[in-house]
Amino acid sequence: MDNKKDVKGFLEFVYEFYKSMKAHEITLVYEGEITHQITKAFTSLTESNMSKDDEPNSVQRKVFHVMVECLQNISKHADDFTSNEFLFSGRGIFLVSKGENEYSVTTGNAIDNDKIEYLTELLENINRMNKEELKELYKKQMKEGRLSEKGGAGLGFIDIKRKTNKELEYHFLPISDDTSFFLLTSTISRSDN
Amino acid sequence: METIKIQGTEDTPKIILDAGTEIMEISGRSMPEDVSSFYEPVLNWLNEYAGKPNKKTTFNFKLTYFNTASSKLLLDILMVLEEIHEKGHDVLIRWHYPDDDEDMAEAGEEYADIVDIPFEQVSY
Repeated sequence: MDNKKDVKGFLEFVYEFYKSMKAHEITLVYEGEITHQITKAFTSLTESNMSKDDEPNSVQRKVFHVMVECLQNISKHADDFTSNEFLFSGRGIFLVSKGENEYSVTTGNAIDNDKIEYLTELLENINRMNKEELKELYKKQMKEGRLSEKGGAGLGFIDIKRKTNKELEYHFLPISDDTSFFLLTSTISRSDN
Repeated sequence: METIKIQGTEDTPKIILDAGTEIMEISGRSMPEDVSSFYEPVLNWLNEYAGKPNKKTTFNFKLTYFNTASSKLLLDILMVLEEIHEKGHDVLIRWHYPDDDEDMAEAGEEYADIVDIPFEQVSY
């Protein structure tokens, strides 16, 4: 920002950005490295906002669960990727929005293309399952699964689907020949049920 | 045996393991940054205790939240307790949950399905 015009352009962008956040009812957005400290800060911030808004306990708990699992997914699974246009390293975007009827938690991070098939299969399988099947899968994975080097138990997606009772929406966008941007949205109903 | 007393924090549970007073409990929130290293001393203690357990062991779980990585470690704890039970000792798990928290109650039921130990659900 060398001159006045650039500064003005930037500030106008900030205003557009603000309006766009408002239009999409985004209450929290973050781009960068997801650490344990960040996870703690975001969950406690959202928790205090929800309790200020008198959100039912069950909704607060579900949002908390989903946020933690989503943030840990990025910190454990985002792949490093560097090019002229992008720079990612265990980084991603994290976004929480609050609508009239639901909260949604969205994550985006770079992944190697060779993981797309596995992820798609995993998510489709979980999306197809009913409550009882998910419960059995969770138990099976807890018994038979091993913690990965980064401390993942392979239970995050199953847990999110069980807690929200809604399909996991996801999308892959190409970044380069061997890397894609993986977006995932989970929605939590605000009605106490 | 040495007693284990770990103070709870916003992301780690309070833990008391005292063979003398027979108080064993895990309470609060569990989402440690590194679950394996957090629970390692707990599992070591229990494995040692399993060698010469009290006549009766009552283990209290009173968690308000645990993440999926912790759920795996909680199962590891229950498996050691199951071993003690299998050797013919009295073991009771008391699973406490807030009365409006169905998910926490269900989590207790699921553990009760997996391990073969007397399990008592306690709502508060």
